[in-house]
Amino acid sequence: MKETKPIMVSGNGRSTLLKVEDLVTRFYTPEGVVHAVNGVSFDLAEGETLGVVGESGCGKSVTMLSILQLIARPPGKIERGHAWFDGKDLLNLSTDQIRDVRGSRISMIFQDPMTSLNPVLTIERQIAESLILHLRMNKQQARERVIELLEMVGIPEAEKHLNDYPHQFSGGMRQRVMIAIALACNPQILVADEPTTALDVTIQAQIVDLVKRLRDDLNMTVIWITHDLGVVARLAQRVIVMYAGYIIEEAPVKELYANPTHPYTIGLLGSLPSLTTDERKRLTAIPGLPPVLLEKPVGCPFAVRCTYAFERCQHENPPLLSIGGTHRAACWWDVQEGRPRNA
Amino acid sequence: MPENNVLLKVDHLVKHFPVYRGVFQRQVGAVHAVDDISFDVRHGETFGLVGESGCGKTTAGRTIIQLYKATAGHIYFDDVDLTKVKGGEMRHIRRRIQMIFQDPYASLNPRMSIADIVSEPMIIHGVARGKQAHERAAELLNIVQLNPGFANRFPHEFSGGQRQRIGIARALALNPELIICDEPISALDVSIQAQIINLLEDLQKQMGLTYLFIAHDLSVVRHISSRVAVMYLGIIAELASVKDLYNNPLHPYTQALLSAVPVPNPAIEEKRQRIILEGDVPSPVNPPSGCRFRTRCPLAKEICAELVPEWREVSPDHWVACHLV
Repeated sequence: MKETKPIMVSGNGRSTLLKVEDLVTRFYTPEGVVHAVNGVSFDLAEGETLGVVGESGCGKSVTMLSILQLIARPPGKIERGHAWFDGKDLLNLSTDQIRDVRGSRISMIFQDPMTSLNPVLTIERQIAESLILHLRMNKQQARERVIELLEMVGIPEAEKHLNDYPHQFSGGMRQRVMIAIALACNPQILVADEPTTALDVTIQAQIVDLVKRLRDDLNMTVIWITHDLGVVARLAQRVIVMYAGYIIEEAPVKELYANPTHPYTIGLLGSLPSLTTDERKRLTAIPGLPPVLLEKPVGCPFAVRCTYAFERCQHENPPLLSIGGTHRAACWWDVQEGRPRNA
Repeated sequence: MPENNVLLKVDHLVKHFPVYRGVFQRQVGAVHAVDDISFDVRHGETFGLVGESGCGKTTAGRTIIQLYKATAGHIYFDDVDLTKVKGGEMRHIRRRIQMIFQDPYASLNPRMSIADIVSEPMIIHGVARGKQAHERAAELLNIVQLNPGFANRFPHEFSGGQRQRIGIARALALNPELIICDEPISALDVSIQAQIINLLEDLQKQMGLTYLFIAHDLSVVRHISSRVAVMYLGIIAELASVKDLYNNPLHPYTQALLSAVPVPNPAIEEKRQRIILEGDVPSPVNPPSGCRFRTRCPLAKEICAELVPEWREVSPDHWVACHLV
């Protein structure tokens, strides 16, 4: 299935697996038009783990759901953009074509394993479904693969659990089942949408560990969507920070944490209390409220909460520009130099 | 009886919830939500109570404020045993203990205006009425940094962070001494969490409040608390000053818990040693014999299944329940 000749090559020499260009998604609700995603572009290199960070309503989930055509239409609408994968634009595929991609080549795991599993079907049926559908396995082959998958995700004595129902599993175990379903057809990309948010910290550690191990064993490409800057630091190689439907900063993981550039990223990192030091600084909270997306902002969407905002920010939305290497930020102000950026 | 400087003394507190089954609804067992916990909260401090979901931290908080009746044990608030206090007197004491809840969407009555929500405690307790109560409500909204002009609006018009401020204003209405904060920030976005933490810290400084801070986020608890107790499956595993607990955790559960929290710093994350606990927390209906943590403890020995570990002070003000310490 894999491309022998990469059609696109990213900066680090690895082939680009997914290229999203200028994605715009809106929701037409009775309250008005919600500008959920406002022109998002990014590349995903083969084998990398990309963290997508932002608070609720920043568009991180909608971006990924749009790419897989998983948003409800109506009220949602993908207004424009491309998502190039394997030479095809995912946003232009027919329902049947995208169904072939979903679950088999790009699969997704979600935040709440209780609502994403079907309560009236056995674990075996739910994992085997995609094997029978996409890989045309017969029942016996599917059963063997299901057992193999359950063992792979760390469910002991898998054979005994084949006929169990989701309610017999704990939250962490259900998330393991979700991962088994997602990995059933050896996908090239795993999209994890806040998969550990509903879990306790010791269970979260188990799941993060599991995904890390599977990623390395299976050479998988992972997109990990989260609001937790700690999980991203543990798992991701590159990070995208989103705010109000825009990517506002993008950098390799170490660079982002060592040298955050956008005032929102700086604020987000400053608002986290430290687990590892005794010193107790007052938290630098970001003032104001999260954005309301019913109106498209005229200037920078963060300007109203930004302590560095100046005149230009009010009427011109800064583009995402390189500030050195692969580190990009969308801000008119150079926080380090204390003066406006030349752009 | 409480010593000097102790505002709240929890003494061998037990709370079981009966489990009924069958046609005749016979009691077949009990959820051991809180099983013999003891700690002191001192005047003006923030006492952190941490643990994972189902460990009993919320039940402990609710039993202390007498929303649940304790199964056994005592709760001394300023020398008065709350488990023995009757209706009228309890109402008097409630003025001095208030609570802030986790879910700012469920804990505010959607049919009441903000002014009415904040002044309700004053009216119930006969502290103020009518115009006077509303004036005080406006003052309280100011204190929690909300525009008093919003007083006539309803909860749905506010964001999560603003609602939590309203909940805090309501808790302050009676000038309490102790506020039980039950996961006050876990429903909020990261950037808003810091605002509420800062507000709680400011209020404590201004009004000399004492907090019992119940949370699952270990970083937040480290930031805000002076002393911390770690709960697991209904018991306290370890209790110490914030410095001792985080720098020198003794109980294997505390060690595992601290190592499991991801740190927002990739340079540190790379080097950190992680203790991954196997399996899930056992059911509180049928907790393990001996030490409750032994089923997941990487160091468990035979004795851990046989004997309940003693709750002892291993160094001044550092308590731990483990056979191996």
